[in-house]
Amino acid sequence: MDGSSILQRLRERFGPEILETHCLRGEPAAVVTPPAIRPVLEFCQTEPELGFDLLVDLTAVDYLKFPGREDGPRFEVVYHLFSLPHTHRLRLKVPVEESEAVVPTAVGLWPIANWLEREVWDMFGIRFDGHPDLRRLLMYEEFEGHPLRKDYPVHRRQPLIGPRN
Amino acid sequence: MGVGAFFTSKLDEAIGWARKNSIFQYPFVTACCGMEFMATAASHYDVDRFGAGLARFSPRQADVLFVVGTISHKMAPVLKRVYDQMCEPKWVVAFGVCTCTGGFYDNYATVMGIDTIIPVDVYIPGCPPRPESVLDGLMKLQDKIAASAQRY
Repeated sequence: MDGSSILQRLRERFGPEILETHCLRGEPAAVVTPPAIRPVLEFCQTEPELGFDLLVDLTAVDYLKFPGREDGPRFEVVYHLFSLPHTHRLRLKVPVEESEAVVPTAVGLWPIANWLEREVWDMFGIRFDGHPDLRRLLMYEEFEGHPLRKDYPVHRRQPLIGPRN
Repeated sequence: MGVGAFFTSKLDEAIGWARKNSIFQYPFVTACCGMEFMATAASHYDVDRFGAGLARFSPRQADVLFVVGTISHKMAPVLKRVYDQMCEPKWVVAFGVCTCTGGFYDNYATVMGIDTIIPVDVYIPGCPPRPESVLDGLMKLQDKIAASAQRY
């Protein structure tokens, strides 16, 4: 299935829940509303024609002070899907407000989402509703804040031992 | 002119000579410098020529702690604990710029030089250091071991 027909299927099925789509050089991407992301992911996995059985990556972007996006939602959670039987790809994005940084978990669909969501929580402070074990993945428990947020001070150091700052 | 004084200094030298030529190293390898460490240890450069061929993977059996690779703040307590577990006499080699100063890392995760945590005897800069510089650092460490006051 080529990129534009994947996006066509999503638009037919979910209508206004798909906020925006584009397909640059055959690489499809869709922006999905936060309440619809779980059904969209499930549809992508279970629909035989789509058959996205592999979650390649799950990450986030902080658009704080990003030119042209000053008043939009601060974060975006990004899903990269791949289908082994059809060898096609899809990128899904979910805008996330800073005030309610919660996204439904994808652990039930792809087990790898467990650690990927823990990493996003650790680095960006976005919670995943329904995650079985939402602890930090990379940083230590004593670490305060989320280092990949654009407002995390560049020179802030939180050593466990040794001199502080 | 006591015979004892002459004898003591010669014993120190003998012990220094023995210690510098039987280095049992503990390789604390965390990052890419480990590849260069392996190259130094392998037959072409052959660290065994300096009596440092046998790596001990228990800190209690080691004399020299080779800290090879970037140390993160999460890893720092582990490194300190390994150092504390080593028996005296002990020496520490900082292998690569990351262990010397933090290297090109200046971020929330990386320790800016292991000398903020444990004492260091020899710094070997490089990213990663060539095996020749590692051997040079090892020989400098040997000189230091031989010249230091021996406690026994």
